[in-house]
Amino acid sequence: MIDFPNKTIERSSVELTKEDFVSDQLVKWCPGCGDHAILAAVANVFPKIGYRKENFMMVSGIGCSSRFPYYVNTYGFHGIHGRAHAIASGVKIANPNLSVWITTGDGDSLAIGGNHFIHIIRRNIDVNIILFNNQIYGLTKGQYSPTTPMGSVTKTSPQGTIEHPFNPGELVLGAQGTFFARAVDSNVKLMTEVMFEAARHDGTSVIEILQNCVIFADKTHAAVTDKEVRDDAQIHLKNGEPMVFGKSKDKGIMLRGTQLEVVKLGEGGITEDDLLVHDQYQQDPGIHLMLAKMAPPHYPVAVGVIRSTMYPTYDDLVVDQINYAQATSKIKNVDDLLNSGDTWEIK
Amino acid sequence: MNMKVNTIEKEDVVVKFVGDSGDGMQLAGTLFSDTAALEGLDLATFPDYPAEIRAPHNTIAGVSGFQVRIGKKKIETTGDAVDILVAMNPASLKANLKWTRPGATLIVDADSFDEAAIKKAGYSSNPLDDDSLSGYNLIKAPISSMTREAVKPLGFDLKTADKTRNVFALGIVYHIVNWKPDSTFDYFKLKFKKKPELVDANKAVLAGGLNYAANVEALRTVYHITKAKLPAGKYRNITGNVATAWGFLAASERSGRPLFLGSYPITPATEILMELSRHKSLGAKVFQAEDEIAGICSAIGASYTGSLALTTTSGPGLSLKSEAIGLAVMTELPLVIVDVQRGGPSTGLPTKSEQSDLMQALFGRNGEAPVVVVAASTPSDCFFYAYQASKIAMEHMTPVMLMTDGSLGNGSQLFRIPKVADLPDINPPIVEQNDKDFKPYRRNAETFVRKWALPGTIGLRHRIGGLEKENISGNVSTDPANHQLMTDLREAKIQKVADFIPLQEIVGEKEGDVLVVSWGGTRGTTQAAVEELQQAGKKISLAHFHYIMPLPKNTHEVLAGFKKIIVCELNSGQFVNYLRMKEPEFSYLQYNKVQGLPFTVNELVTKFTELL
Repeated sequence: MIDFPNKTIERSSVELTKEDFVSDQLVKWCPGCGDHAILAAVANVFPKIGYRKENFMMVSGIGCSSRFPYYVNTYGFHGIHGRAHAIASGVKIANPNLSVWITTGDGDSLAIGGNHFIHIIRRNIDVNIILFNNQIYGLTKGQYSPTTPMGSVTKTSPQGTIEHPFNPGELVLGAQGTFFARAVDSNVKLMTEVMFEAARHDGTSVIEILQNCVIFADKTHAAVTDKEVRDDAQIHLKNGEPMVFGKSKDKGIMLRGTQLEVVKLGEGGITEDDLLVHDQYQQDPGIHLMLAKMAPPHYPVAVGVIRSTMYPTYDDLVVDQINYAQATSKIKNVDDLLNSGDTWEIK
Repeated sequence: MNMKVNTIEKEDVVVKFVGDSGDGMQLAGTLFSDTAALEGLDLATFPDYPAEIRAPHNTIAGVSGFQVRIGKKKIETTGDAVDILVAMNPASLKANLKWTRPGATLIVDADSFDEAAIKKAGYSSNPLDDDSLSGYNLIKAPISSMTREAVKPLGFDLKTADKTRNVFALGIVYHIVNWKPDSTFDYFKLKFKKKPELVDANKAVLAGGLNYAANVEALRTVYHITKAKLPAGKYRNITGNVATAWGFLAASERSGRPLFLGSYPITPATEILMELSRHKSLGAKVFQAEDEIAGICSAIGASYTGSLALTTTSGPGLSLKSEAIGLAVMTELPLVIVDVQRGGPSTGLPTKSEQSDLMQALFGRNGEAPVVVVAASTPSDCFFYAYQASKIAMEHMTPVMLMTDGSLGNGSQLFRIPKVADLPDINPPIVEQNDKDFKPYRRNAETFVRKWALPGTIGLRHRIGGLEKENISGNVSTDPANHQLMTDLREAKIQKVADFIPLQEIVGEKEGDVLVVSWGGTRGTTQAAVEELQQAGKKISLAHFHYIMPLPKNTHEVLAGFKKIIVCELNSGQFVNYLRMKEPEFSYLQYNKVQGLPFTVNELVTKFTELL
């Protein structure tokens, strides 16, 4: 069994299966929505993680992504728009023995909930955030979001958006994120893999899923995810391995000067030894940031675990401070407190 | 040589220390009130400080004050008018003279009345030299220079010397109230344990003030105040905000539910957040969130996991929390929201007190979203109402709004220390593991309260959220009849709380000419005014409300006993309009004030006399 750092969460004494996490609710996402595949990945990974099923807790805000808790048989809380991270912060701080999962979208986390998103990351509270990025507001029927590509025509941008979109990875690293991974909704295996890594990570894990909204932004990620192009438009980063990609595994990523460059193996004498080797654990976020920002047409999109570094978690430090105070303070109960300091007796 | 002094008996004395913010007036006031407590007197205090940390030197905007009333009887207010005013500069004298009684003793630092400071305060001539203060017992004390003299032998520089001017002034007041400096000497020893030289300096300055006063002709008359006859017990001085924090800690201990506070600093509520941060040894988890919304949402998350969940704020913050309060209503989770009210709207008067958030507390949410609303009425009963709010929240699975205000929060009072074991039981409806009957929205048939199923418990996995719930199952439902039913159930659950709260008390007879109605932080003044008129033989009584939603069950009966009802509140008429809605049979008079100031007993007596 792979060692989990979050040792306070009780493990299941029996082998769990997908069926242990199936809820009795009718899944109401549109047919063909990428969310179905994300649900499949979660159902795969929860039994694999191996915690007691009662110790999983799903939290969400508002949006299509946020209906998720109803469809998984765990403890769950469907919150209000943008506030999943704040609610989950309270859950995890109050009960560190829960494995907390947040499902959220580009509107929920990057617009209305942007403040909570950066602060939960900055504090490094040990929760797992699955960010469904479909670059559109789906549940309100097709308005642009903070990740909609500039110039996109949507219901609130008939002449094209005039806003610069966020790259979620850049935001996560800017907020001192300790874990960032990316996957595409058409690859359940990859999603399952990065979710497992997120669970293992001690601290805030953010997984961006490039998710397709079939109704309001269909094929928004096609340039990255279409079968014909995906091998050349994605690079699956693996820790300790050189950054090779392409249908014929003949392309790679090199660091030239201060910039990343896509190179062709064999051309100009370039071999695998010249390529960057992925180090997801390095503290300095410089290369991770460059990798997270890579995008077509000049670069492939990085998928897999981009960053996973060790840093103390807020929830652990809370427990440490309480333990220290309890060991050292003279005030052991409320009667002690009430009678502390200046008091006097009247007879 | 000390002169012979005349001693006169006083029932109570009101002292106010005023100066530039930074002159140490809050400390002088605190030292004075602590000593009063040790002298066996009852007391009430109220700090009065500007919103700015250090406004420009010697300006009216920068005046900071601390009012203390001490006496032998139960002290419920800090007093209408000041008997002894200590003013450290011209601006503070100018700003506070209007609060003094005619003939009051004014102790001023004459050294600070230079031309520039006099002009900055807005005086056209030096008030110490013209006749403008002839109606007062004016003590022109050269406090700055004498303080410097007092510490000179100890080798202190002027800057350090000037920092102890407040202690010199304190010494003068000690003389007037006939106190020994010993307990304050002890305090210095404790406070400056690591800087023994400051112990000596402060002792020398306090003694200097006492000596100076003993030799002033105009201070030959001193007061004697008999010890208060307080009920036997152990006492301490406490502010409303600290009492609130401690009430929550007691509720956490008695209920066995760990305390979680999610909050964001806001005047005048911040002290509750700071106080609870100090008590990690009692297991309190305090989360200073990124904003007001995260404060309450984190508390809701903690509540779902089984914590006694709290959020503390003031008016503008309560506005920001509105949507999340609705979420707690829908999910039927226990949560206490403390609103330490201040002057509004918008940023308003951050450091002044008001009662103008009542309608927001009762109704400031989208949808039909009833919550319990409870109000504390004195600094020390904030402890009990914080406890009671926690008990109702957990036992009735509902958000509870606890209303206090800036005067209560920052004001202090003697507090008879209770034993935690003597407080009422708290029994949260927590579900046992593998309870086959558990459904998220199945309710207790009598109280309509759903149960609390804590994550991690075997056999109780369930989902809740902000969407309308199907009765019993808790599944998402848009069924029209179900929405009606759930709306009615949520309301009925809140109304049922009336069976578990005390009946409304009346101060005075149950029938009479005038019933004065008040709520929250005004009790001290409304009660003093009513009692004054009762002693004069008038048929007047007081109903002071602590439980506002739901109202006590006998409210109708209480109101029915009087010819006239007058509702007094520090807003434009919020409780009175709520009563008009809830008890429409009666006609209500109202007395309102929105000046960021408390009522005075005098103005209330005058108003009530008109009605009698």
